[in-house]
Amino acid sequence: MLFGYSWDTSHGEWAFALSILPMLLRGLVVTIEASIVGFFVAMVIGLALAALKGARSRIVAWPAAFVTEFIRDTPLLVQLFFLYYVLPDYGIILPAFLTGALALGIQYSAYTSEVYRAGIEAVEPGQHEAAKALDITPRRTFTHIVLPQAVPRVIPALGNYLVSIMKDVPVLSVVTVLEMLNVAKIIGDQTFDYLVPLSMVGALYLILTLVASAIVRIVDVSLPKRGLSLR
Amino acid sequence: MTEPIIAFDKVVKRYGSHIVLDELDFSVAQGEKVTIIGPSGSGKSTVLRILMTLETISGGVIYVGGEPLWHERKNGDLAPAGEAHLRKMRTQLGMVFQQFNLFPHMTVLRNLTEAPRSVLGLSKAEAKARAEELLKLVGLTEHADKFPGQLSGGQQQRVGIARALAMRPRIMLFDEPTSALDPELVGEVLTVIRRLAEEHDLTMLLVTHEMRFAREISDRVCFFDKGKIREEGTPDEIFGNPREERTRQFLSAVREGK
Repeated sequence: MLFGYSWDTSHGEWAFALSILPMLLRGLVVTIEASIVGFFVAMVIGLALAALKGARSRIVAWPAAFVTEFIRDTPLLVQLFFLYYVLPDYGIILPAFLTGALALGIQYSAYTSEVYRAGIEAVEPGQHEAAKALDITPRRTFTHIVLPQAVPRVIPALGNYLVSIMKDVPVLSVVTVLEMLNVAKIIGDQTFDYLVPLSMVGALYLILTLVASAIVRIVDVSLPKRGLSLR
Repeated sequence: MTEPIIAFDKVVKRYGSHIVLDELDFSVAQGEKVTIIGPSGSGKSTVLRILMTLETISGGVIYVGGEPLWHERKNGDLAPAGEAHLRKMRTQLGMVFQQFNLFPHMTVLRNLTEAPRSVLGLSKAEAKARAEELLKLVGLTEHADKFPGQLSGGQQQRVGIARALAMRPRIMLFDEPTSALDPELVGEVLTVIRRLAEEHDLTMLLVTHEMRFAREISDRVCFFDKGKIREEGTPDEIFGNPREERTRQFLSAVREGK
């Protein structure tokens, strides 16, 4: 029994597969939710890190660069354990799902920040000069002139990280998040049949990542480029 | 003569050990149209870029409208200017770039209204009215809703001129405005600049290789060489009867290149 569904182990492999599908789909929903929350966190924190790293003041830029490097060079699992087991000591108790999604988002923010940086640096110096000559503030230059040119160019690269995040969600199973792989493992533990649930996880993952890639491509194509030449 | 609107007092610009401006003394009167000519690397574009505060100076003082540009007066002394002072000073100047530097993700109209709205605080309607008036001036009324990428180089540069004018500067800086254009598109841009020179009281500082044009519109021509003004005078003096051998060399080299 899991999520109120029971498995059918007495009518062959196909009946078993069919009976556990609803459970795996419940897990799949959690996987998708964790990916989306994690991706959202990665997009937001990554942009913040990119903006800070690009600051002219070294007091701002240097710590941001250090944080990025630190996040990138430590394993996701270590960060996850840290958030899950250490934060409660300081009175911050988050649900396992949120902790996991946050850890994913933070880990990937180090990567997305580099993507943003590349996009930001690809904006021509002349754009900054024109903005300055018109007396537009540095902040507004960043938000209204640099970012609108940088972000559309990096959508495909950011999208690739969405797919990577999806594939890292199973790590969250170690902190009891019932994402798809964890569900499959529980089913295997209970029924002594690992082959069928794990194969199904593989197949569902393949479908999931293919669909996600397709969505990223559609977003990229349909996003208004408005006069931007994309290289 | 009244107080000059631009005055360079022994201005030095260095990149490492390379000297770009060598104790330059240079001034421009209110409403004057001055053309700067000279070989590449002579520091002529640097003069404009420093005035627009796109590049710092290494020494000396520049006055714009009587106020030091790169310095602030503090207890009678001159201290390096803070960002607030530079922002205030910049509003007096407008610049047209060789590579246009239009904002590619904004329509032509938006290119013209962005700064007036966000910097000068104009309402949407005021900014739009001002933009439309300027588009009429540069002959691009029907292109207001296009993106820069949909326009020819000459049209883009005319937008660049209109965008700078939208801030109502007292001084317009033109940094080789036609150098990036196909030859057949140069004329339309020069026509706009000529109109501005003839019909407005703007102070204009122009760096160009279009010698005939410089001769037509300038009150004064300065020949730059090695970070200094080697020779200056009326267009007829400089182009008709240059005193310096170096000026003669440069002009004949330019003419042969044509």
